[in-house]
Amino acid sequence: MSEDEALKDLAEHVEEILEDALESYEIVRGELTLNIKAPEIVKALQVLRDDPECQFKQLVDVCGADYPDRYPQRFDVVYHLLSLSMNNRVRVKIKTDENTPVDSVTGVFKSAGWFEREAWDLYGIYFTGHPDLRRILTDYGFEGHPLRKDFPLTGYVELRYDTEQRRVVYEPVSLPQDFRVFDNLSPWEGMTDIQLPGDEKAVKPAFGWEETEKVPQTGSKK
Amino acid sequence: MADAAQTIEISEETHIKPYTMNFGPQHPAAHGVLRLVLEMEGEIVERADPHIGLLHRGTEKLIEYKTYMQATPYFDRLDYVAPMNQEHAFALATEKLLGITPPPRAQYVRVLFCELGRILNHILNITTFALDVGAITPALWGFEEREKGMEFYDRVCGARLHANYFRPGGVSQDLPAGLAEDMLEWTENSVPKVIDDLDNLLTHNRIFKQRTVDIGLVSKEEALEWGFSGPMLRGSGVPWDLRKSQPYDVYEKMDFDVPVGKTGDCYARYLIRMEEMRQSLKIMKQCLNELPDGPVMVDDRKVAPPPRAEMKASMEALIHHFKLFTEGYHVPEGETYCAVEAPKGEFGVYLVSDGTNRPYRCHIRAPGFAHLQGLDFMSKGAFLADLVANIGSMDVVFGEIDR
Repeated sequence: MSEDEALKDLAEHVEEILEDALESYEIVRGELTLNIKAPEIVKALQVLRDDPECQFKQLVDVCGADYPDRYPQRFDVVYHLLSLSMNNRVRVKIKTDENTPVDSVTGVFKSAGWFEREAWDLYGIYFTGHPDLRRILTDYGFEGHPLRKDFPLTGYVELRYDTEQRRVVYEPVSLPQDFRVFDNLSPWEGMTDIQLPGDEKAVKPAFGWEETEKVPQTGSKK
Repeated sequence: MADAAQTIEISEETHIKPYTMNFGPQHPAAHGVLRLVLEMEGEIVERADPHIGLLHRGTEKLIEYKTYMQATPYFDRLDYVAPMNQEHAFALATEKLLGITPPPRAQYVRVLFCELGRILNHILNITTFALDVGAITPALWGFEEREKGMEFYDRVCGARLHANYFRPGGVSQDLPAGLAEDMLEWTENSVPKVIDDLDNLLTHNRIFKQRTVDIGLVSKEEALEWGFSGPMLRGSGVPWDLRKSQPYDVYEKMDFDVPVGKTGDCYARYLIRMEEMRQSLKIMKQCLNELPDGPVMVDDRKVAPPPRAEMKASMEALIHHFKLFTEGYHVPEGETYCAVEAPKGEFGVYLVSDGTNRPYRCHIRAPGFAHLQGLDFMSKGAFLADLVANIGSMDVVFGEIDR
């Protein structure tokens, strides 16, 4: 309990020093999350780093996250800060969309460099003021941002070594069998709202039969 | 005319053009598939630009399409030198979201195998590091001992490398008969000797010291700013170890010391790893001596599969088994960041759950990723050979960096 109280104190302190930059905060499972207004991120991280009661001297991690339901503000950029002297962690989140660039925090924490490159590579979140924003994990000449939820798991291209051309060639993905996803979400409950073939006597649910959802096919249709 | 031609020739000879050199991706000193594009001024490195991602497998994307139980094996394939330490982070994150605590025996077993992983990792790192700077014997001696340690992995879970042993809620099975005794024997009689041998071979070795002392200097400030962790951070004089400062499982009960370096060079990092192995042995012995009896998995059939024997007799158990291995368990909505002190540094998992049976987002924070980023500033103005020493002392493994 006292841990949560300490976090609460910290959160209130942060609320004071960040002023308008802070949208809201939450403490869940002993972890403090600060929701920051996107344009204020550089200032906010700087304050968190330099404030004597925070001293978040280390930027441990930056990553993107995609929530397409929230369109157009579909992306989260999540920063994890660590204070060694206070033995505290804090999570800082901002929201952004596909086109709005986020200010790079490389000026505040040098470690942000590669993490932001990764977020750019995998999510297509653009960072302004980044000294060297290139792709990092994907192949040279890769197209698309693979960790977006609308990017298929199989990808669009596959590569093989062509013996005739004597080089590696890229080809559209072709699967001998269509890619299937089994989410296995409750195999029994799922049966109640689907009209099974040949089961005409089944009682129709009040909200009607569920359209049998076709799993989006990837690759072979491209 | 002849004079003029001569002067041109001389000036061409004395002026060394800076040039770009490709290092890797297949290079014995690259520790995997590291490609470096080096801008060189003669033998001096002006800029090192690591090109990573050659081992990128899309682990994070794949995990989003798997149940929590199916996601665990992916963590073995990250840092394949110390697989169980990675699983630990994922297990802790999932447990935090599920709100469960593994039974004491499971916690001891986990700590035991994490420390075994640390020793195996450091043996590999120190010996290959020595290989990079010109010593072959440590690698030959060390790998034999490493193999003995891997046998314990084999005996406890059936695989030398890809363990899939730590599960959310505990570990998959109890130690087989006789394993604890053999491990105790190993920690008491076998490893200490090998560590002493390595110590004798390297610590006061003139060549080894010439290649590592004052090479790859990292100051305290730089280490913090670049997000370094583990031996890279402690080597620069920052006393920070997650096992002490933010203890998880039973590390709180363990009595061990955290070695901290003073100089921040490759030699300091080597010394720290040597001492950490001895401390890990101490922890392993404590675990083995204090190992409590009891279950190794939470007693919750909604998370942990029932024992095989029970399934043969109980319909309920069979249903649970079927549900767990098809649908998996649902994890309450929420997000968490859980970090463990992996042998290479802070290994973190940022897990977002949307309440279904599969992680919505699972970001893996690999220590090597942050360390390799610092290679450029560490190697600026150093010789090419020192850059190799820097890579060796960083302990990079591409499974976790490329993910």
